[in-house]
Amino acid sequence: MTQPNNYGFGEEAALLKDSARKFFREHFPTDRLHALVAADPTPGRAPTCQWDEALWAQLVELGWTVLAVPEEAGGVGMPVAAVAGLVEEVGRAAFPCPLLGTLNATYVLVACGEAGAVGLADIAAGKAATLALTDRHGAWDPAATEVEYRDGGLYGTAWFVQDAGKCERLLVCASTGAGYGLFWVDAHAAGVTAEADGIVDLTRDQAHIVFDGASGIEVSGNAVSALHQAMPAIWTLVAADMVGAGEWQLQTTVEYVSTRKQFDRPLGFFQAIKHPLVEVMVQIDEAKSLVYNAACACDSEPEKAAQYAHMAKASASDMAAYASSRSVQSHGGIGFTWECYVHLYFKRQKHSQMLWGDGVWHRARLADIVIGTAA
Amino acid sequence: MSDASARKDTPAQAEFRAYCRDWLAANKPGEPPVRLPQTPLEIMTTEQLDYLQAWQKAAYDAGLVGCDYPEAVGGGGRKDCQRVANEEMLAARTPFFPNVIGLGMAAPTVFYHAQEAVKAELLPRLFSGEDIWCQGFSEPGAGSDLASVQTFAEKRGDRWVINGHKVWTSLAHFAEWMIILLRTDKSHKYDGLSYFVVPIRAALGNGVTVRPLIKITGETGFNEVIFDNLEVDDRYRLDELGKGWQVAMTTLLHERGAGELQTPRSGGMKNRSSHNITTSAVIELARQTRRGAGAAADDPLLRDKLMRQLIREEGLKQNQRRSRVQALLDHPMRLPLQNKLLASEIAQSIASLAVEVEGMASSLYMGDSNAPAGGQWPLSYMNSYGMTIAAGTSEVQRNILGERVLGLPKSK
Ligand SMILES: Cc1cc2nc3c(=O)[nH]c(=O)nc-3n(C[C@H](O)[C@H](O)[C@H](O)COP(=O)(O)OP(=O)(O)OC[C@H]3O[C@@H](n4cnc5c(N)ncnc54)[C@H](O)[C@@H]3O)c2cc1C
Repeated sequence: MTQPNNYGFGEEAALLKDSARKFFREHFPTDRLHALVAADPTPGRAPTCQWDEALWAQLVELGWTVLAVPEEAGGVGMPVAAVAGLVEEVGRAAFPCPLLGTLNATYVLVACGEAGAVGLADIAAGKAATLALTDRHGAWDPAATEVEYRDGGLYGTAWFVQDAGKCERLLVCASTGAGYGLFWVDAHAAGVTAEADGIVDLTRDQAHIVFDGASGIEVSGNAVSALHQAMPAIWTLVAADMVGAGEWQLQTTVEYVSTRKQFDRPLGFFQAIKHPLVEVMVQIDEAKSLVYNAACACDSEPEKAAQYAHMAKASASDMAAYASSRSVQSHGGIGFTWECYVHLYFKRQKHSQMLWGDGVWHRARLADIVIGTAA
Repeated sequence: MSDASARKDTPAQAEFRAYCRDWLAANKPGEPPVRLPQTPLEIMTTEQLDYLQAWQKAAYDAGLVGCDYPEAVGGGGRKDCQRVANEEMLAARTPFFPNVIGLGMAAPTVFYHAQEAVKAELLPRLFSGEDIWCQGFSEPGAGSDLASVQTFAEKRGDRWVINGHKVWTSLAHFAEWMIILLRTDKSHKYDGLSYFVVPIRAALGNGVTVRPLIKITGETGFNEVIFDNLEVDDRYRLDELGKGWQVAMTTLLHERGAGELQTPRSGGMKNRSSHNITTSAVIELARQTRRGAGAAADDPLLRDKLMRQLIREEGLKQNQRRSRVQALLDHPMRLPLQNKLLASEIAQSIASLAVEVEGMASSLYMGDSNAPAGGQWPLSYMNSYGMTIAAGTSEVQRNILGERVLGLPKSK
């Protein structure tokens, strides 16, 4: 299959992206974010999950959580390219919400085939979900799972579960004896305990989740194949989030260096400031172009989706690191404070950079595809 | 590549594409009788030039060059068809055109700024490649700060008398014509500039001297050009007196691939010396190069570097694709102005990586019988600095991006 020239990013996708941007500009400017998530700077404070549930409810009402759900399952069935446009705007606003988790769960459930319908129905009904796949070392390969399904119950711990405090459903990977399965679990059911992690990123929450005999619906008996199919979209969307956040970092830093003067000149006059910011822009554009290419591959060239998604996530991870570094450094002392908004994005980007594989990991996998595995 | 684009063709483009394809199938030139340089900017001998000029003339006569220009100036009178011809020529792996400065820079500048009669006089032989063109912008004292050129044109009656010194003038040794930025008023830096086209070949030894300069690679290709009372007619002035800087912007925009008119482009032919500067070529090289017990392609650090290159290369390709998707763009010049910077820096890092992969063998240069790939990779690596310096250095490109796109204050 081949890709359409415009990434399949049509009029509806453009409208969605545009309206998301306006929505956040109006309802969730960065000072709102800061007031919401950065009230308590104390290191070692108890982990909390700060978010605007009322605003989230509006987004659910607008149908954003069901965009990726196929039409026959009660959703909108929008292409990944369109969804990436929306996620880019969520990243730009650094809006704390379980959208990414819900979308990720959606793509895995779709990959589960018919048995995934029960999960998709919950999502179509407005329930937020997240993936609980990862071991304590950050691996999400099913063989690494620390959760076991036996005697009709789940036992063990899933680590690094994103936005767990905001979700009602979990998609859990567990070993079954016969292999590895995926289970649809009520996050508030008996035998499920979410232990919130104390994390650097203030715009998300994260938990490790302890299962002690919790019941779950098996939506796939072949987690390896379902994840294999769904991961490219998952990598692409976190990269889209980073691209949006990178644009915020670039724009606000450009504004700052255009107004702040030293040595009788705006800082942006100096090439030691100007050229790195151009480099940030160049890296954002590379990552962004690769994100839409990967998204479009998920939609219309699935045999290339993994290859292109590795490129997008590797590019976005490196860009996020660089954009974060330049945004703090170019602000000088004020950029080193809790009061300045720059740190919110610095921290979100650091988190995203590692999430579902950093640049080195994705390039290694890309090399396996393009060059072949090393002898 | 040409198949993917074909799906978006208008009926006129589709018809033209089919025509190009048929014509190329029947008329693509055979192997060159001589070793060709890597790019047109290093054409050194008349044998090389003759072969390449014959190809450009044939392509022009067939309607594949200048397709989007009006018929009155020797063009094809088509709409958005040069891109189609280019895609088909690249897909057919044709030789490159020798008159690159003419096609890419002089033609759009002459078209937008010359008198009608001058366009009709000059453009047909420019498109056909019968007249080679060169660009006389840089001087010993004026490089990145181009507007400080000093070569002077003085008005005597309705003629101009030119005196001064241009350098790094690619292809001047073969050129009939030069586009030239001249000072006509010493009291204003920008408004004291005027833009001309001047016939240099006709005046060799009689007002014009061309001397070759030898490049870092040992090749020739660029020159210094000295003007000693060269007289030119006033009709060869482009646009108004004192508007030279604005005219030069048209040239530079097209030189950097960000102009309105598509440049006719041909290339892709494989021969003994031209090779593709692509990551996949370096991957192939790494597969074939031994490292310890295995291949260089098994080394994890090298694999990481190769994939970094592949990602940048794909990123540039996707930038070009995205630049046509309105809904995914912000500032209209943001992607076009990155093109030259990225293409040249990516080519440089690919060549650098190839040299690293070759290891000790990269010390062997052209002419050494043991040199892998005929010593082409060290040559490409050295030549790549021509690309990051010419046409506005990478540093100047970053200034332009920072100032014109990000809106940061000017450095000058
Ligand atoms: C292969 C090749 C072919 C060429 N062909 C032609 C041709 O056909 N016609 C023609 O007219 N010219 C040609 N040139 C000349 C080319 O345009 C100039 O070399 C180029 O504009 C740089 O000018 P310069 O060499 O004087 O370097 P300089 O301007 O002296 O620059 C030296 C270094 O200083 C840096 N620098 C300069 N100004 C700034 C600044 N404001 N901020 C930051 N860094 C700065 C530059 O980036 C560079 O690294 C060619 C050059 C090459 C290498």
